[in-house]
Amino acid sequence: MGKDFSSALRPAIVMTLLFAALLGLAYPLAMTGIGQAIFPSQANGSLVRDGGGRVIGSTVIGPAFTSERYFQTRPSAAGKGYDGLASSGSNLGPTAQALVDRVKADVGKRRGEGVTGPVPGDLVTASGSGLDPDLSPAAALAQAPRVARVRGLAPERVRALVAERTEASVLGEPHVNVLALNQALDGLSRTGSPEVPRR
Amino acid sequence: MTFQGWFLILAFFGVLLALAKPVGLWLFTLYEGRRTPLHLVLGPVERGFYGLAGVDPAQEQGWRRYALHMLLFNVALMAFTYAVLRLQGVLPGNPQGLAGLSPHLAFNTAISFTTNTNWQSYGGESTMSNLSQMLGLTIHNFLSAATGIALAFALFRGFARREAGTVGNFWADVTRITLYLLLPVCIAYAIFLIASGVPQALAGVGNVETLEGARQSLLLGPVASQEAIKMLGTNGGGFFNANSAHPFENPTALTNFVQMLSIFVVGVGLTWTFGKAVGNTRQGWAILSAMMILFLVGTGVSYWAEAAGNPVLHQFGVAGGNMEGKEVRFGIAASALFSVVTTAASCGAVNAMHDSFTALGGLVPLFNMQLGEVVIGGVGAGIYGFLLFAILAVFVAGLMVGRTPEYVGKKIESREVKLAVLAIAVLPLMILGLTALSSVLQQGLAGPLNKGPHGFSEILYAFTSAVANNGSAFAGLTANTPYYNGLLGVAMWVGRFFIIVPTLAIAGSLAAKKYTPESAGSFPTTGGLWVGLLVGIILILGGLTFLPSLALGPIADHLSMIRGQLF
Repeated sequence: MGKDFSSALRPAIVMTLLFAALLGLAYPLAMTGIGQAIFPSQANGSLVRDGGGRVIGSTVIGPAFTSERYFQTRPSAAGKGYDGLASSGSNLGPTAQALVDRVKADVGKRRGEGVTGPVPGDLVTASGSGLDPDLSPAAALAQAPRVARVRGLAPERVRALVAERTEASVLGEPHVNVLALNQALDGLSRTGSPEVPRR
Repeated sequence: MTFQGWFLILAFFGVLLALAKPVGLWLFTLYEGRRTPLHLVLGPVERGFYGLAGVDPAQEQGWRRYALHMLLFNVALMAFTYAVLRLQGVLPGNPQGLAGLSPHLAFNTAISFTTNTNWQSYGGESTMSNLSQMLGLTIHNFLSAATGIALAFALFRGFARREAGTVGNFWADVTRITLYLLLPVCIAYAIFLIASGVPQALAGVGNVETLEGARQSLLLGPVASQEAIKMLGTNGGGFFNANSAHPFENPTALTNFVQMLSIFVVGVGLTWTFGKAVGNTRQGWAILSAMMILFLVGTGVSYWAEAAGNPVLHQFGVAGGNMEGKEVRFGIAASALFSVVTTAASCGAVNAMHDSFTALGGLVPLFNMQLGEVVIGGVGAGIYGFLLFAILAVFVAGLMVGRTPEYVGKKIESREVKLAVLAIAVLPLMILGLTALSSVLQQGLAGPLNKGPHGFSEILYAFTSAVANNGSAFAGLTANTPYYNGLLGVAMWVGRFFIIVPTLAIAGSLAAKKYTPESAGSFPTTGGLWVGLLVGIILILGGLTFLPSLALGPIADHLSMIRGQLF
C-alpha cells in the first residue's frame, strides 16, 4: 500500500495543478473574452443610461424606488434595501412574528394610499434576492392611482402605461420592470400635457 | 395553482424525458472510453495531461486503487482551495480588496466545494474575490461533478463486468468526463447565460445613481462561467449570496428553465447509461420511473402548499400564494419546482429562499434530501445512491420469496447488503446526531434566526443539507461560526466519502462475480411491481428514520401556521 500511495501522489498533485490552470483560469478568462467581444452590454451588467449618458441602473437589477412619484419596488432585505453588495432574502419563516409585523405595517401603508381590496402578495413581501427588478402587474396597478395623483396624470393613462410595459412569460409569471416603467413615466410627465386632467 | 404553472411543470418533465436517451448515449460513449468528435480538438489536451501526470489511462485499477487515487486527488484539491482562500488578500484578481478567509471558514468552504455540497457559510459578494471564485471554487464545480460521475461509472462496471478484478481507471474517467462533457457544454451554456444578462467581467464594483438620486453599487465578476458549471455539475454554490434568486445569476424565466433542466440532465442521462451498460435499457427506464414518481409527488405537494400561501398573512388582506422570498419573474410555480429539483438532485442552488417557504413547502426539500437525494440526485451520486437502495430492494424481495436475490445478472449476497446498509446508515446517524447535539448546545442554539419549531427546522435543514451534500439552506441560520463551520465541514466530508468508499467496495465485489442469467425464479427488475417496491423501500426507510424530526420541525410549524400561533 505504501508504494501505491506514493505512485498516486504524483498524479494527484499534477492533475490538481493542470485542472486548476484549465478550469480555474483558462476557461473563465476565455469566457470573459468571448462575452466582452460578443455581448459587451450584458457581460458588463446590462447598464441603463439616461439621455445624458449617466448610468442610472441595470435592466436586470432592481433599484430602490421609495418616493410617491414613482412606482415603488418591493420590500428588500438586501442590506438597508436594494444593496447591490449584500443580496439576501429576509429568511423569516411563515410563523415569524417579525414577518407578520412587517407585512402588517406595509399593508397599512398601502391602505393609507387608498389601496382597497386584496393587496397583491409581492407588494408587501421581500424578494429572494432583495434586488427584484420587477413587480407583478397587479402590484403596479395598485400603485397607479397614487402615482397619477402625485403627478397630476389621468389614472387611465398610468394604468395603460403599466399594461404597455407588462411582459408576458410562458415559463414564469407576467411582470413589469420597475426601472423601465418609471423611466417611461418620467417621459410621460415631460411630454404629456394632453393627459393632465383639467381641474 | 394555475394552468400556466402546471404547464411549466409538465413542459419541464417532457423535455427531461426527451433528453434521457441522447445524454445517456453520450455518457455511455465516455463510459466505454470511445472516441468522440471532440477528440479532434481536446484529444491533445487529454494526452498532455496524462503525460505530465505520469498516468497510463489504459491501466485498469481495482476498487481499492481506484478509491485511493480518488481520495488523494480530492485531498489535494481541497488543500489547494484552502490555500487560495486563506491567501486571497495577497493574491491578484481581487478588485474589492477583500481579506483572506478565516481558518474555519476556509476549512468549511474547501470541504464544501470538494464534496459537491457547495454549502456557503459566507455571502459571495462580500467574501470572495474574482480569483477565489474562479481558481478556488469553479474548479471544484467541475471536478467534484466529474468525480461523482466517475464513481457511478465504476459501479456500473461492477454490475457489467464478469469475474473481473478491476473497475476502470480513475484518471481516465475524470479527465474524459471533464473534457468531453462538462467543459464543452459549459462553454456553450455560459455564452447563452451572458446573452441573457448574466455578467462576465473582471471589473469589480460599479456605481450607479438611480432616478431618485440614490447611489447603488453593483458587483460584476466572472459570473456566467461559474453559473454554468454550478448547475450542470449539481454544485449549487452561487457567485452571490442570493444564489439563483439574484438577477445577475438568473435574470429571466428562460434562464431559470434552463438552469432547472441543467441540474437534472446528467443525472437523468445516467439512468439510461446504466441500463445500456448492463445490457438492458429497460433497467434504466425502471429506475427513472421510480425517481419520477417521487419527483412528481414532491412537486405537487410543494406547488400546492406555496400556491395556497400563508393563512396568517391572508388575515390582513394579503392576496394569493406565498411570495416572501420569491422573485416576481419566476412566481410561485417556477420557485416551487426549482426547490424540488435542486434538492432532489444534490444541487442546492436556490431561486427562492427556502427558509421563507410555507411549512409544508419547506418540508418537501428537506425530505428530498433525507431520502438521500436519490430522486435523480447529484451527478453520479444520485444513481449510485439509488443503486444502493436497489440492492436493499432486491434483498427484501429475496427474503419474501426465499431465494438468493439477483440484480441485473449479479447475485446480491451478504457482503453487498452489509456495505449498502453501512453507506445508507451514514445519513441518519450524522443528520440526527448532529442536529440533536446542536439543539442542546449553546453554540448550536445561537444559530437560528427564527424561533419556535421553525428555528429547529433551520438546524435540521443545515445538517441534512451538509450530510446529503446538497448545500441549500434555511439561510436564516448564522453558520459562519467556528462551531457550525467545523461540524458542518465534518458532516459534509463524512456524507461524501463514507458513502463513496463502501460503494466502490460493492463495485469491486460485484465485478468479481459470475454472470447469473435471469431464470423463471428471478424477481423481475423492470416492471411496475419493481418500481413500486423501489418507491416503497425508499419512502419507508426515509420516512421511518426521519418522521420524528420532521414532526418537531416543519409539521409543528405547519400546525402553528394554520392556528395562527407566532413566534
